[in-house]
Amino acid sequence: MAKILKRERLVPNIHVIEVEAPEIVRKCRPGQFVIIMPDKKGERIPLTIADWDKKKGSITSVFMLVGTSTHKLAQLNAGDDVPVFVGPLGKPSEIGKFGTVLVAGGCFGIAAIYPIARALKEKGNKIITLLDVKANYLLYWEEKLRAVSDQFHVSSRDSFYDCKEFIPHTLESLLKKEKKIARIHSIGCTYLMYTCAEATRSHKIKTLVSLNPIMVDGTGMCGACRVTVGGKTKFACVDGPDFDGHLVDWDELFIRRKSYFDDEIHSMCYWEKKNFP
Amino acid sequence: MAENKKDLPPELKERLRAGFNQDWRKELRKSFPMKERMKLKRQKMPERDPDERNQDFFEVNRGLNAKAAIAEAKRCWDCANPQCVKGCPVGIDIPAFVKMIEIGDFDQSVRKIKETNALPAICGRVCPQETQCEVVCNLKKATGTPVAVGNLERFVADYERNKGDVFIPSLPPSTGKKVAIIGSGPAGLTVAGDLALKGHQCTIFEALHVPGGVLWYGIPEFRLPKKILEAEVDYLQKMGVELRTNFVVGLTATLEELKKEGFDAFFVGTGAGLPNFMRIPGENLVGVYSANEYLTRVNLMRAFEFPEYDTPVYLGKNAVVLGGGNVAMDSVRTAKRLGAEESTIVYRRSRVEMPARTEEVHHAEEEGIKFHFLTTPTRFIGDDKGHVKAMECIQMELGEPDDSGRRRPIPIEGSEFIMEADLVVVAIGNSPNPLIPQTTPKLKVGRWGNIEVDWDTMATSMKGVYAGGDIIRGGATVILAMGDARIAANEMDKYLQNHRKK
Repeated sequence: MAKILKRERLVPNIHVIEVEAPEIVRKCRPGQFVIIMPDKKGERIPLTIADWDKKKGSITSVFMLVGTSTHKLAQLNAGDDVPVFVGPLGKPSEIGKFGTVLVAGGCFGIAAIYPIARALKEKGNKIITLLDVKANYLLYWEEKLRAVSDQFHVSSRDSFYDCKEFIPHTLESLLKKEKKIARIHSIGCTYLMYTCAEATRSHKIKTLVSLNPIMVDGTGMCGACRVTVGGKTKFACVDGPDFDGHLVDWDELFIRRKSYFDDEIHSMCYWEKKNFP
Repeated sequence: MAENKKDLPPELKERLRAGFNQDWRKELRKSFPMKERMKLKRQKMPERDPDERNQDFFEVNRGLNAKAAIAEAKRCWDCANPQCVKGCPVGIDIPAFVKMIEIGDFDQSVRKIKETNALPAICGRVCPQETQCEVVCNLKKATGTPVAVGNLERFVADYERNKGDVFIPSLPPSTGKKVAIIGSGPAGLTVAGDLALKGHQCTIFEALHVPGGVLWYGIPEFRLPKKILEAEVDYLQKMGVELRTNFVVGLTATLEELKKEGFDAFFVGTGAGLPNFMRIPGENLVGVYSANEYLTRVNLMRAFEFPEYDTPVYLGKNAVVLGGGNVAMDSVRTAKRLGAEESTIVYRRSRVEMPARTEEVHHAEEEGIKFHFLTTPTRFIGDDKGHVKAMECIQMELGEPDDSGRRRPIPIEGSEFIMEADLVVVAIGNSPNPLIPQTTPKLKVGRWGNIEVDWDTMATSMKGVYAGGDIIRGGATVILAMGDARIAANEMDKYLQNHRKK
C-alpha cells in the first residue's frame, strides 16, 4: 500500500503522479523504474521514475493513458492508496563525464529523461535537450528541462517551436551542427527510440534507449519483457531497461509490444461499460 | 533423496518413543490387531468429475470426510520404528497425529502436526507423499498400499480451518532478536513459523504484492486454493510474524543495509525465479511463454477472470507445454481450463522419467491432456504477425543414464516433423534468482548461480546469513524447501542465542 500525494493531468493524455515511498527514494537513481498497480484487479504497470523528493520521501512518475490500468490510475487522487508501488527496479542509467550528451524524449519520455539529464549535467556534461511533441500544447516540464540544459530544442509538428520535423530529422541536423556529441540518451515510445537509434547509426554515436516491453513482475522472474540485444535474449527489467539502441532487435520489440492489442481493447470496453454506462 | 536416509535426530527419536509409550496408544494398538488393520482398504480421495473440473479453477480433490479419515487412520499400525517419519523432510510425528485422528481428537491431531509444520493444509495438498512418507510406510511393504498420510494431514488442517477456530500456540517471551526472512515462499514461511515459536521477532520481505511466493504465483487454484494459503499466512501473522510485501531486497534495500537497521540474522529463500528457455530459434515469438509468466498471469494476476481483472493471457486452441515436471502439469491443465481444444505435453524422455507427481499426471490424463513423449522442439514457427503457429520437432531415443540417473535423450536424425501450436509454455525448469547474489557481494555463489551453503546447517559464507529452498537447489519441491528451512531455523536459533548485539 502506498499513498498518492498528487495526481494531475499535465497535458491531454499524460498525467503526473506523486506517491509516498520513503524507502524507494533512499535508493533510486536516474533510469530506474517502479511498478504500480491502480487497484487489486489492475495490471502491474512499469513507470520510469521521473523525479523524487528526499525530504518528502516521494517519487514522481509520468504516465500516458493507454489501457484500462492507466485509465484507472488517472481516476485516483491525492489521498487515495495504490496496492502496489515497488522499486526501484532495473539498472540505473550510466552517469559519467562524457562531454556533450544529447538527451531526446517524447510523450512520457519527456519526464523520464529529466533525472538522467539532471544527473549528467551535475557530472559536468554539456546537455543538449531535444524533445518531441505533436503540437505545442502537448509540451510539459519545459522549465525543469531548460534548467538542466545547455541547449534546448523542441520538434513540434505545428511549427510552434524551433524545429518542425519529427525528431530523427531534427536529430540529424543537430548532429551536423554539433560535431562533439559523445552519446545520446533517448526515452519515449518505441518508434521514437527506434528512429533516434537509426538516425545515429551511421554517425557511430553511442545511443542508449530505455526499452519498454510488456512486463509482469519486473524482478526477472517471468521473462515477459525479453528483448533481443546483439543477438542475445535479455530481460529488460533486470538487464536493462537501458540498452545500446544500435543492437536492439526493433522488429521483435514492436511485435511483442502489441501482443495483447485485441485484449486491451476488450478490457477497455468492458471497463468503460461497467463504470460509465 | 540422500538426505532422507539420515538417521533421525536423537531429540525427535525420543519424542517419538515417548508418544509411542503413552497408555492410550498402547491400548489403541491392543484394541485392534495389526492383522485386522491390514484388511482395511485405503480410503479413496474424492475427486471432482474430470469433464466438469477441466472447465473451471475450483479444487480437484474434495478431501476426506471425518468418517473416511477415521477409517483411514485405523489402517496405521502405529509402528515402534516408524519409517514414515524418516521420509518426512520436516520430521512430523506422523503416527501420533494419525492415531489422534483414529480416536476422533482432530484438534490435538492438527496441533501435533503444527509442532513441526506450520503449513499443514498446504503440505497435505502439494507434498509428493508417494516418494516421501508413504513410500517407506511399513504397511506398504506388507500390503502394497500405504497409509494415506497426506490426505489425513490435509483433513485435520481443513477441519481446523473450516471450524474457524485456529489454535495459536502460546509463545515464549520475546528474545529481542530480529530476523529478516527474504522471500515468502514455502522456505521463508517455514523459517518464520519455527523462529516465531522460539520467541524471535521475524519480518518476511516479499517482492510481490501477496505472500506465498511459488505457492501463490506458481501453483494453480485448482491444486491449492489461495484462500488456504491466505489462512496459513494469517496463522503466522497471528504468531507475531511481520510481513512486508512490495519490498525487493537487493533493490529497495540491500541485505547489508537491513543488517544496519538492526536485523540479527537472515534467511534467504528467494527461490528459483529465473526461467530457463530452450534457446532455439523463434522463442521470442508472441504466444511463447515461460511457465513462470504463464502461471503468474493466471494465478497471481488472475487472467482467468479477465476482463474483470485487467491482465490478459493467451488462450490458444493448440496449447503445447514443454517439460515433464509438476510445473508442466500445472501449465497444461491450466491451458485446458482456459479453453484450449488440444492441450499437450511434449517431453523429451519417456513416461517413466517424468519428474511430475504420479497423481498430477493421472489427473492430467483424466482431464484429457495429451502426452507426446520422446519429442523435443528444434524451432518455433511464426505467422506473418509474429505469433507462434507451429513447432518443428525432432524425435528422441533414450541412451545411457546421465548425472541425474535418468536415461539421456538422443535426437534421431531425420525424424523432424511439424506440430501445430498457437500457445507454447516452456516449463523446463528455473535457475536460482540472481537478485540477492548480485547485490550481496560477500555471499559465495556456486556455478549455477545458487547460494552455497553448508548442507548440515544451511549457513552461507556470511555470518548470520542462512539460505534454503530453490535458491540453493535450483528447481526442487515445496517440501524440500521446507526441510532446508527447518534445519536453517534450528541453526539460526542457536546462532541467535549466542549472538550479542553490538
